[in-house]
Amino acid sequence: MSLRDQLTEIKEKGLADIEQTSDLKTLNDIRVHLLGKKGPITAALRGIKELTPEERPEVGSYANKIRDAITEAVADHREKLENQALNAQLTSEKIDVTMPGKPVTQGQPHVIQQIIDQIVDLFLGMGYEVLSGPEVEEDKYNFEMMNLPKNHPARDMQDTFYISKEILMRTQTSPMQARALEKHDFSKGPLKMISPGIVYRRDTDDPTHSHQFHQVEGLFIDEHVTMADLKGTLITMAQNIFGDKFDIRLRPSYFPFTEPSVEVDVTCFNCMGKGCDVCKHTGWIEVLGAGMVHPNVLDMAGVDSKKYGGFAFGVGPDRFAMLKYGVDDIRDFYLDDVRFLNQFSKRGN
Amino acid sequence: MKVSYKWLKQYLDLNMPAKDLAEKIERTAVEVDSVEVAEDGLKKLVVGHILSMTKHPESDHLHVCQVDVGEDEPLQIVCGAPNVDVDQKVIVALPNSRIGGNVKIKRSKMRGIESSGMICALDEIGFSKDVVPKEWADGIYVFDDDVPVGEPIYKYLGMDDPIIDLDVTPNRGDMLSILGTVHDLAAIYDQKPEIKKPVVNEDESLDANQIIQASADDKLAKTYKLRVVEGVKIAPSPSWLQIVLWNAGIRPINNVVDVTNYILLKYGQPLHSFDKDKIDGEITVRMAAKGEKLTTLDEEERELSTDDMVIADKNKPIALAGVMGGFNTQIDDQTTNVVIESAIFDSFKIRKTAQRHNLHSEASQRFERGINPDGVQDAVDEAVSMIKELAGGQIAKGTVTASEYHPELPTIFITAERTNHVLGTSLSTDEIKNIFDRLGFSSETHEDGLNVTIPARRWDIFRDADLYEEVARIYGYDNLPATLPTGRQSIGVLTPTQKLQRASRIALEGLGLTQAISYSLTTPEKAKMFLMQDSFETNLLWPMTQDHSVLRMNMLSGLLDDVAYNHAHKVDDVALYETGRVFYKDSAEQIRPKEVEHIAGVITGNLTDPLWNNHVKPVDFFQLKGIVNQFLINLGVKGDIEYSATDQYPEMHPGRTANISIHGHNVGFLGQIHPRIAKKFKIKETYGFELNMQELIDLPKNDDQYQAISKYPSIKRDISIVVGQDVSNSQILEVMTKRGGAFLKRVRLFDVYQGENVPEGKKSMAYSLTYVDPRETLKDEVVNTAFEKIKKRLTADLNAEIR
Repeated sequence: MSLRDQLTEIKEKGLADIEQTSDLKTLNDIRVHLLGKKGPITAALRGIKELTPEERPEVGSYANKIRDAITEAVADHREKLENQALNAQLTSEKIDVTMPGKPVTQGQPHVIQQIIDQIVDLFLGMGYEVLSGPEVEEDKYNFEMMNLPKNHPARDMQDTFYISKEILMRTQTSPMQARALEKHDFSKGPLKMISPGIVYRRDTDDPTHSHQFHQVEGLFIDEHVTMADLKGTLITMAQNIFGDKFDIRLRPSYFPFTEPSVEVDVTCFNCMGKGCDVCKHTGWIEVLGAGMVHPNVLDMAGVDSKKYGGFAFGVGPDRFAMLKYGVDDIRDFYLDDVRFLNQFSKRGN
Repeated sequence: MKVSYKWLKQYLDLNMPAKDLAEKIERTAVEVDSVEVAEDGLKKLVVGHILSMTKHPESDHLHVCQVDVGEDEPLQIVCGAPNVDVDQKVIVALPNSRIGGNVKIKRSKMRGIESSGMICALDEIGFSKDVVPKEWADGIYVFDDDVPVGEPIYKYLGMDDPIIDLDVTPNRGDMLSILGTVHDLAAIYDQKPEIKKPVVNEDESLDANQIIQASADDKLAKTYKLRVVEGVKIAPSPSWLQIVLWNAGIRPINNVVDVTNYILLKYGQPLHSFDKDKIDGEITVRMAAKGEKLTTLDEEERELSTDDMVIADKNKPIALAGVMGGFNTQIDDQTTNVVIESAIFDSFKIRKTAQRHNLHSEASQRFERGINPDGVQDAVDEAVSMIKELAGGQIAKGTVTASEYHPELPTIFITAERTNHVLGTSLSTDEIKNIFDRLGFSSETHEDGLNVTIPARRWDIFRDADLYEEVARIYGYDNLPATLPTGRQSIGVLTPTQKLQRASRIALEGLGLTQAISYSLTTPEKAKMFLMQDSFETNLLWPMTQDHSVLRMNMLSGLLDDVAYNHAHKVDDVALYETGRVFYKDSAEQIRPKEVEHIAGVITGNLTDPLWNNHVKPVDFFQLKGIVNQFLINLGVKGDIEYSATDQYPEMHPGRTANISIHGHNVGFLGQIHPRIAKKFKIKETYGFELNMQELIDLPKNDDQYQAISKYPSIKRDISIVVGQDVSNSQILEVMTKRGGAFLKRVRLFDVYQGENVPEGKKSMAYSLTYVDPRETLKDEVVNTAFEKIKKRLTADLNAEIR
């Protein structure tokens, strides 16, 4: 048998062995055996001396090709075996992905806080500052400077928790209007502020009344601020909080600290304006009070009402939350039932 | 104020459905509570004529009536009313009819006798018992003879009239009358109603000023007038008048009292009628004397206060002025001579008296909101004319006037420019003038604006701002443009404090606590729990309930209430935080408390649900400490956070509570709620913390600064030591960090053990120490030396046994 035929035989047997191998270790043994110094190729090549110098390079080159072929076959077969092994492993590792994930802890902001934050963020974007004031307030700020002198009948509209004759639990966030007006330097720019906070009324708690609830006061005073601006601002707020489909309407009302005063209705959530039992078939739901700041309020705070004017509004986040989410008992906001609080977990709304 | 649509139509040309009118009123004037038509929901109710009547054989009070209902055959109806009689015209509910309360009437048998329908009382067809005349209160209603048999009953009882219930704001007292409402609607619909002045036919032979005298302090009653009618005959009012009253929610009484109520509705002017013969001497308006008593018309005896205004004769009070008349001078069936009072009482005094006696009458409501000074005489004139017409008698000549007040009408100057400046409109002076014309305000062009004179009936208007509102509402808020303010710019940013407050909420939520909002007003007992500083209580003067009578001086007790509520509703796992104010007072004399921002949290039960792969343990001190510590790190307050054991809080577990201080400032505490307190609140093992948020806000903060991360490897050494049980972790750490050398970067407690192989009274603690040199690769020998030093110091300082 010629040397070349020997080599061919070695190659064919070797490739067949490789192909039949089913584990990586045997495959490696085969590779070491075939290509090693003590392997059949090396052994066969000892016979090269017998060949003529002309024949030698041709056979040598043939032997190299065989080495390469074997090396390649081993690599290919190794990859094949490794893939088989990996696939087997993956199959064995299969899990039920429908089982629950490992719980992590995550708290929620209170639903009323969410509404307040929404309002705050909106007005920050419109250049308003955020102010907070005392919950225990002077009669002077809560009533008198809001154009509600001692004997004013509208004081009856707000039953008040008094601490002394002159000190009370604020019944509204409106005293922040007087406090802000007193402090503001109009030469530095307009007064644009909102003030969220807790207010108190001497009410018996029931599904629609709470002795403690929240308000967000808004105030914008400058040389030229109009009632049309108030209307535009309130539409922006309503659509931002409730959605683009919502519209508002203004109705005449009465607050001693604004003139004109309006109640603001928003499109009924339940029927989207068609009329239903919730909105008493009007298509509208009352959500807030607003108006143009009364000149007396400006003058009492030392602001020249002939030069400056503007609007104010008072929003009830509790009422907003009740309407937006269909909560029908205001007391739910203050009982902190975990099952209630965790329902409002949508972020970024 | 319940306004009759039919009554309005006597003055105005209104053709729209009542609902549309109500909507217009709501958008332009005052809120509308409801629009109701009494006949809605009723069916097959007709006028019947009782032809004959026999006693029911099986009953001593039932009657069997044959009733003509306009059909071929009369119906046989069994009736149990005590006042049923032959020849009456009555309300008949036919078979298959529907009466009040959505009740269906069917043919039936009553004690064996067939009854084809029902003869009804007013309250059975939906009338409130409060408005049913006494005459018909205990029996069926009987129509006047001229009512046609077989006709539906509704228009004969005023039940076809839409009633619009106005919710009048305090400034619009003028709308508490038909005429006031007519004036406003006239402006809205641009109409000119004709309102006639009353004409009085006086009897020249009688002189009111001879018959009765009166005096009044004009501080109490700016206007006080009396007129006299002699020789009246008291009787029920005609049905048209009764209908007007009951539709307005007022019970018809008799032809004199009903007239005064009719005038109240029409003019908004409360009147009062006295039986002249029950009055002794001169009438005065005065404050009640101490100890005086008066039985009012509702037959309640009332103790009067010296702050109550009364009408009195020379011996006694005869009325609670402006609120309710006295029983002692009331009109009764025998009354022949009447005195009618028309006045303006001080609104503040009326309001206080109405509140004090909890007696809010139609009259007091109107006096409180103001009275048209120009209507006082007209009202009493029309009243006496009507009384003469309905009850006969003679009107005495003249009016007895004890005080009188006619204010000068205010004239207000406004310009179109300023109006548009405020409203954002672009109205011309003529357009504005036209609105005032419609309102019935006379206006004259003056320079570049208008001088507007306000009629007395609109006493709520006295300055330019009030007129802008009139323009805006009549022009229509719907027509107002919607714009956003332009002009000087401003930036809107949260202050550093507000940012920190927001960040602290987000941090705690990220750590698993849900935000709670509990009540700031609590019980005296809860208010003073968990006191972080000495403080006196702030009490409400007149709390609604004891549960909410004192301002909280801590946040935790509110959160424990929340836990209790959750536990009571079978929710065992609770993790809440709350941020808010507590209220401190330094002395009992201090009235206004200091408001301090606090933040507090509670955890109880499990933080996460136990699941197949989540083997949870109930929360403990260290779980809460991890949360609080991470929270404090988030806030970035400068300085070390230190925890020291404390038993200073009686409401906290004495062995499981720590004070927290940062850089030496005490900022709050955390620990286990004392089992005794937990039992009181009915809650399970609960852990809580409370921090002075204001302090955390005020303390200086770290500025984040980059430090290069060491490129060189770190070396770890573990050490296990046995120490006495009362040696604390912080003592061990102190030794390690003080003596650990320059390269000790971190110490981590990874095991604590007591029990087998550890002697009694001792504990084994294992720490992992990490050494790093930021400048070069650490050599083992360097670490070994440092490590040996620590071992030596632990043994020497803490008597530790190194294992």
